[in-house]
Amino acid sequence: MAMTYVQKLLAKACGQATVEAGDILELPVHLAMSHENAALVINQFNEIFKGTGREPRVWDPESIAIIFDHRVPPESSKTATNHKKTREFVATQGITKFHDVRGDVGGICHQILPENGYVRPGQVLVGTDSHTTTHGALGAFAFGIGATEMAAVWALGSIMNIEVPGTIKVVVNGKFPEGVYAKDLILNVIGLLSAEGANFKVIEFHGEAISNLPTSGRLVLCNMAVEAGATAGVVPPDEETVRYLRNEAGVEDDLDLFSPDADATYDQVVEIDAGKLDPQIACPHTVDNIESIGGVEGKRINQIVVGSCTSGRLDDLEIVAKILKGKQVADGTRMLVFPASWRIYTQAMEAGYLADLIKAGAVVCNPGCGPCLGIHQGALGDGEVALATTNRNFKGRMGNPGADVFLCSPAVAAASALTGVITDPREVN
Amino acid sequence: MEKGKVVYKLEDDISTDIIYPGRFMATVLPTETPQFAFFDDSEFNQKLTQGQIPPGSFIVAGDNFGCGSSREQAASCIKGYEITVIARHFARIFLQNSINVGLRMIICPDIEADEGDELEIRDNKVWNLTSGESFAINPLPEARQAIIDAGGLIPFARQLLIERGI
Ligand code: SF4
Repeated sequence: MAMTYVQKLLAKACGQATVEAGDILELPVHLAMSHENAALVINQFNEIFKGTGREPRVWDPESIAIIFDHRVPPESSKTATNHKKTREFVATQGITKFHDVRGDVGGICHQILPENGYVRPGQVLVGTDSHTTTHGALGAFAFGIGATEMAAVWALGSIMNIEVPGTIKVVVNGKFPEGVYAKDLILNVIGLLSAEGANFKVIEFHGEAISNLPTSGRLVLCNMAVEAGATAGVVPPDEETVRYLRNEAGVEDDLDLFSPDADATYDQVVEIDAGKLDPQIACPHTVDNIESIGGVEGKRINQIVVGSCTSGRLDDLEIVAKILKGKQVADGTRMLVFPASWRIYTQAMEAGYLADLIKAGAVVCNPGCGPCLGIHQGALGDGEVALATTNRNFKGRMGNPGADVFLCSPAVAAASALTGVITDPREVN
Repeated sequence: MEKGKVVYKLEDDISTDIIYPGRFMATVLPTETPQFAFFDDSEFNQKLTQGQIPPGSFIVAGDNFGCGSSREQAASCIKGYEITVIARHFARIFLQNSINVGLRMIICPDIEADEGDELEIRDNKVWNLTSGESFAINPLPEARQAIIDAGGLIPFARQLLIERGI
């Protein structure tokens, strides 16, 4: 039976020769990630053990990762107390992949996992965060789950009763034109599929433009696959995957590399010519409300946000710093930059990017989710408009249901910071 | 036999940011989340918190209800009022979370109902007693039936823990 990438992965993980879409599996988990919501997972985990006469013990302390990122440093005593309880739990259970609020190891979970070599091709990776799809960029089957589901994973080491998903194949031919990036591609795909077009499915990325895309760009694609409703996004591993894992993530052990069968059955095939793409903008209040930049150019922006688990990596900061270097953020517009991890922050500092951004008038925040959620940093005023490189523009995102959020690539954000209105980066030099 | 009124009518793509705004995410316990349900619609939130919505009432929504974040508070906050959500379709993580915490959901792709309508769930259909129409119910994911039958994932996982001697 010919299989898609994720079907092959699931068959291997379950020790079966084949699986088919619709099969129901108990799926062993290789890596289980949580962030601040570990506080709720701990509560539900303890509930599971109640009345069993057993001490609550996680199935494998080395397969659990906990990263504080959503509200760091804590915005409230409530969060600080949740952090404290989680730290105590980590110590009691001996959880090894713990990233506290620290400049040496901290950052956003979806950057911390890849850059520390925790993610491998062939893994089953679950996280209590919907953007866990990000890790499909390295060939893992990675998807978001809720806190109670995670509590059961911590106890049992597997996801109970999951259905093998169908797959949508997205083939991206050609080369990206100047000023057009992975972010524009994924916004385009979400516009084509709609916000629920891939619900309960996997999006598998193929084609020349994907082969040539570095892992940083693949992370963007898989990160936002969930905005089309997908369970997971995945790029079948190739030479670039191996390069990233060996050179950037320090992975030394053997890798399990495999490809989907050429004659696998897909629910849908979407072909895109990267060469024909323009910069894309997601307009309020849904991510699938996509316009080419020409349709929204000139829109006045109060706050530019660059960063997040989507577009806060070193190459993103490089693009933005190059556009802003020696220039100024427009009067009446404020610009916030939050790198995806402290490692990236340090690299951007050493490369001089942060200095360029600060001198241009940007405020560089600490790595973390910060303005993406608008809980304790970068909230918007009533009626204000933000242009952000993040991944969601739902009403109330960034802390104010009375504000508008537009989404774009780092290049569009930087060009627009200079003018104070939505600006095509191809028109700025 | 289950009867109740539609107390809230919502459109497509209702995100978890609308159901349970991100700024309340530090509140996690299912006993504490209901106060922030639909917080940014102050009128409906007040009806909920002031006890004006009887248990067994219905929320009726369009496609892709619960899209966005994996925050389980979005399911537990509605569950706290013992409301049933009827939607044309649900987003995957929300559906899973609801099953896990025991929030009652009904997938009803053709549902037509307005606020104030009286609904009855009978014979695998939603009957709109006000309009006289009825609409077929789609089954919840078969894979999860055992968890639904167990009353949620916590009792289900507890049972497995005992059976497997973990
Ligand atoms: S940066 Fe935003 S989208 Fe990414 S994990 Fe944090 S809150 Fe979620």
